[in-house]
Amino acid sequence: MRIGIACPYSWDVPGGVQQHIRDLAEALIELGHDVSVIAPADEDRPLPPYVVPTGRAMPVPYNGSVARLSFGPLSTRRVRRWLRDGAFDVLHVHEPTVPSLPLLACWVASGPIVATVHTAMPRSRVLLATQPVLRTALEKIVGRIAVSEAARSTFVEHLGGDAVLIPNGVATRRYRHAEPLDGWPGKGGAIGFLGRMDEPRKGLAILLRAFEVLAPARPGLRLLVAGTGDADEHRGRLPEELRDRAVFLGELSEEDKVRLLHSVDVFCSPNTGGESFGIVTAEAMAAGLPIVASDIPAFRDVLRNGQAGELFATGDSDDLARVTARLLDDPARRAQLSVAALDAVAGYDWGIVAQSVLSVYETVVLGRSAVSLAQ
Amino acid sequence: MTWTIIVLAVLALVLWGFYVSWRASRLDRLHNRTEASRTALDLALVRRASAAAELASSGLLDPASSLLLADAVRRARQAEAAERDLAESDLTRALRATLGTPEFRAELRAEDGGDAAPEVTAGRGAAETASADGPDGDPDAATELLDEVEKAANQVFIARKFYNDVAGRTLDARRRPLARVLHLSGSARQPEFFEMDDELTDGD
Repeated sequence: MRIGIACPYSWDVPGGVQQHIRDLAEALIELGHDVSVIAPADEDRPLPPYVVPTGRAMPVPYNGSVARLSFGPLSTRRVRRWLRDGAFDVLHVHEPTVPSLPLLACWVASGPIVATVHTAMPRSRVLLATQPVLRTALEKIVGRIAVSEAARSTFVEHLGGDAVLIPNGVATRRYRHAEPLDGWPGKGGAIGFLGRMDEPRKGLAILLRAFEVLAPARPGLRLLVAGTGDADEHRGRLPEELRDRAVFLGELSEEDKVRLLHSVDVFCSPNTGGESFGIVTAEAMAAGLPIVASDIPAFRDVLRNGQAGELFATGDSDDLARVTARLLDDPARRAQLSVAALDAVAGYDWGIVAQSVLSVYETVVLGRSAVSLAQ
Repeated sequence: MTWTIIVLAVLALVLWGFYVSWRASRLDRLHNRTEASRTALDLALVRRASAAAELASSGLLDPASSLLLADAVRRARQAEAAERDLAESDLTRALRATLGTPEFRAELRAEDGGDAAPEVTAGRGAAETASADGPDGDPDAATELLDEVEKAANQVFIARKFYNDVAGRTLDARRRPLARVLHLSGSARQPEFFEMDDELTDGD
């Protein structure tokens, strides 16, 4: 099958949607399909052979932050040329409600178009969805995929039509084995956290409070935190005698991230919400880590209601401390959860996810001619 | 002799009184002018927002540009007073990103000339030629809309200059010792400068 995928965000910037597209494209190529991805990207940077760049994306204010997006006549022309040259059997757009290439592709193409929605739409964008220009483009979508229940319900409620739920894939092989970071996890046990430190909903503050409860009784216990944000500020929140026992790393490379996951005994996901899937948690599961996660729908799903990882009352640092203490004291339970986590996350492997996406493609091409430029 | 001194003193006092009242009325005038300039600036901002909104829903732009503009307009309209400058600056940036590019101008000129996207020719026939790319209405309407946005944006630029100028002079006058000691500005609110990014054509 010839598959054209449109990516809204700059390929040069790390992000969940970009990673999703990369993994999906590579899984589809591995299955023997012909894949081309159009994405905002700098032509001068090295790119995978399947990526067609549209030039450096312009930073514009959108939806309360500054995003690097591609739009305007030049981008439209490039999308048009890509569609013509690609002669795709199916066009797959990601986040079509973001003002970037996928929306443009929807607009200029006709034929079998599949759309994937990644994030649940905030109210502001729901209002914008009433824009006639947007509606016309979105009406052309014949196959809808949502990566989470939350994303699916916004799809159903605001964009019309139901969506197939296909959760994010995890490149499980990439996470299975790695050397621990030097000196980790250590004898007294270690707790890991990955995520933006300064975003409250990622819940680092909750974990730090729980660490404060746990640490005095466990002299060897350490905390390993990695992610963007002001590490000093967060370290400063800990009582002075504990600061040496919390190690803050900045943003890690993909490789070091996997090493971090193999450097701790327990992985903590204290998010307070807003998570559509919890990719980081799933990656930790793929590393075979016992998970302690807050009891939000996204984590309940991926942890099979607590069978593949422990859940604690969302936002409750005392409960987090209690659950973590129990795990730290019970190696047998940790081993059991590790096996359960690996088993649960196997269902999210990209190989399997790509198959589900393919069956959506196969459904939409039935009785339709290939993708062409709209009249 | 004493009488002369008394007369002179009274005269000086009267003159000083006139001077103070002149200063007070000048300050009052400045406050009024500041207020009026602020109203003009607000009007200019509102006009710019509605022109941008009209452009966003005109079908002249591609849907991505439309969406960006519509989002920026909505945020500017709903912004609290304290965040108004940021929201309006964002609208400027959105306008600059969508309309300020040379490609956009070229495209619009091409639309005006009648034929669009000349590279869409090879082999597939003319039927494909850029039907979705251009404005739904006629090119004249498109140019008119664009002119309106530019005019409104330019007015914002001018109105803000005027406002900040008179606000600055009012602030100076308020800070003079006499005005401070005698509290000549009364209950009039202290004006604040309105700082925002309003350059439509300059890239950042």
